[in-house]
Amino acid sequence: MDFIIAKYNYWIYIILMMIGFYAMIVKNNLAKKVVGMNIFQTALILLFISTGVKTGGATVPIVIGDAHGHAIPGTLHAIDYINPLPHVLMLTAIVVMVATFGVALALLIMIFKRYKTIEEDEILEIRRKEAFT
Amino acid sequence: MSTQYPALIVIVPLMSALICFVVGWWNRNFCYKIAVAAIAVSFYSSVVTMKDVMANGVIHYWVGSWEPPWGIEYVVDYLNGYMLIIITFISLLAVIASKKSVEKDFPEKAPAFYSIFLLLVTGLVGITITGDVFNVYVFLEIASIAAYALIAIGKRDHAPMASFNYVIYGTVGACFYLIGVGYLYMVTGSLNMADLAKLLPDLYNSKVVLVGFAFLLVGVCIKMALFPLHMWLPDAYSLAPDSVSSLIAPLMTKVSAYVMIRIMFTIFQPVFSFEMLPVGSICGWLAVIAIFVGGIRALAQKDLKNMLVYILVAEVGYIVIGISVGNRIGLTGAILHIMNDAAMMACLFLIVGAIAYKTGITDITQFRHMNQKMPFTMAAFTITALSMVGLPPACGFFSKWYLVLGAINANQWVLVVTLLISSLINAILFFRVIEYAYFYPHPEHGAEEHVHATSHGHAEIVMNEAPLSMLIPILIMATLILVLGPFSGKIISSIIQFAIPAGF
Repeated sequence: MDFIIAKYNYWIYIILMMIGFYAMIVKNNLAKKVVGMNIFQTALILLFISTGVKTGGATVPIVIGDAHGHAIPGTLHAIDYINPLPHVLMLTAIVVMVATFGVALALLIMIFKRYKTIEEDEILEIRRKEAFT
Repeated sequence: MSTQYPALIVIVPLMSALICFVVGWWNRNFCYKIAVAAIAVSFYSSVVTMKDVMANGVIHYWVGSWEPPWGIEYVVDYLNGYMLIIITFISLLAVIASKKSVEKDFPEKAPAFYSIFLLLVTGLVGITITGDVFNVYVFLEIASIAAYALIAIGKRDHAPMASFNYVIYGTVGACFYLIGVGYLYMVTGSLNMADLAKLLPDLYNSKVVLVGFAFLLVGVCIKMALFPLHMWLPDAYSLAPDSVSSLIAPLMTKVSAYVMIRIMFTIFQPVFSFEMLPVGSICGWLAVIAIFVGGIRALAQKDLKNMLVYILVAEVGYIVIGISVGNRIGLTGAILHIMNDAAMMACLFLIVGAIAYKTGITDITQFRHMNQKMPFTMAAFTITALSMVGLPPACGFFSKWYLVLGAINANQWVLVVTLLISSLINAILFFRVIEYAYFYPHPEHGAEEHVHATSHGHAEIVMNEAPLSMLIPILIMATLILVLGPFSGKIISSIIQFAIPAGF
């Protein structure tokens, strides 16, 4: 039980990822697939942010320097600050995710204009009918 | 200045993509010129960089002068210098050939087309040049998002749906790759490939590293469409506009294969990939199935472009076989086949584009008299077909030779048999097209028909060759296919043998 509570953020990451993955594979509605895709990607943000965490009162890194920006020796201990790199990586990943989301929505609009539906089985049915005629 | 060439390879197409879009607002015709110029600069830079690598050894370029492992580092060694030349050269030919078909298919979208096209090239060269695993993810997504958009840009029916499936698959692939990067970062605290390669060997028994490796590999396999993760590829590539498929079909899968080689041989050592884990045999079996499934599905297609996309699925299997046998000769074959297959696929898809542009025919059964209508294009097609089958003077033979030798050295007889049978399947596939184009109707019936037709007075089949902007890239590619074959010994001795990690 401790194992679960101590690492609860990782468990949430796995659960979120599986919800997203399930939606991407199983859902029939294409919009729901896109939502699933977003949940999947958001789970990754949680994973990365979790890796930056340090226990024991570590805070956001603020470099205290003199007027020229030179750090004053003795004021900066890595142990006092959470690791900022994963956050930076996730800023980039968020941009990528937004772009993917945008492209997916644009494609959804094109699909809806063409088939007048965004249910996958109905689209396949339309394609099958058209292939025969 | 000369030290900046590695950055120019990536920066020039990226900046030109933005310029292209802005300039396109007031004059659409400039976009094509900007795109050609940008990719030409990128090609020139990669040739210069490769020369520099061959003269002075591996180049390390620190982006923004930030020292690795903190900053992003561009590393150009023999392997990716070679890949960069292939990528930029084929994209140069593809962009030159795209002029007429863009003017015909979607002239109003030309600015968007060329700027996304340049972004795709940026992504492909970026994946190849960077020495940072997270940077690979970013470029992988730049390339993929550009590809999603380009596939849906044409007026082909069902293309948006194919593109949407690609979005779903591609995102899962990229996210798996990112999870792998995250796991490696958790245990090593580094994202630099060289640094990871230094830190990881002590951690090979860690479960986190194992899971990370698996995620990286599965993610890349989705991107390179290795069976059974290839489901998105046939629809997406066959429904893409011809000008797009001649870029993405030869290059996307090859670049992903490159990433796979990097993961298995640079970031992890072959000891981990082959001896501690059964990756070699798993990938080998998947490749065998990929070759058969691709070949058999290709046999069932009547449309030339559909046939080619299934052959592409099989070709991915070839490269994976070369990687999975886990010896030096096999890997040489795989790296050589990346080049040869990129050349052959580029040539074939350019030909499909030219034929569709000029005659509108894509159905193989309607190819009769194509040799008279488009003699040069069909000559190029025949050369490429012979190369695909694996006849000696063409380049396809040499990479298959190394692949078969590698499989024999590893005592993997199933792979040997698969490679040979697959050549036969390719022979059937391509000779079928050649027969329709050259020998149909058959000579004895043909003579009759000729007499019959002259009595009606319209026997002449007019030569109607593709425009020069399409024909020249096709002929360059076909010549290269013939030239690269005899020179493959030289390419191996001067480039590929240094591209394979030492001691492997």
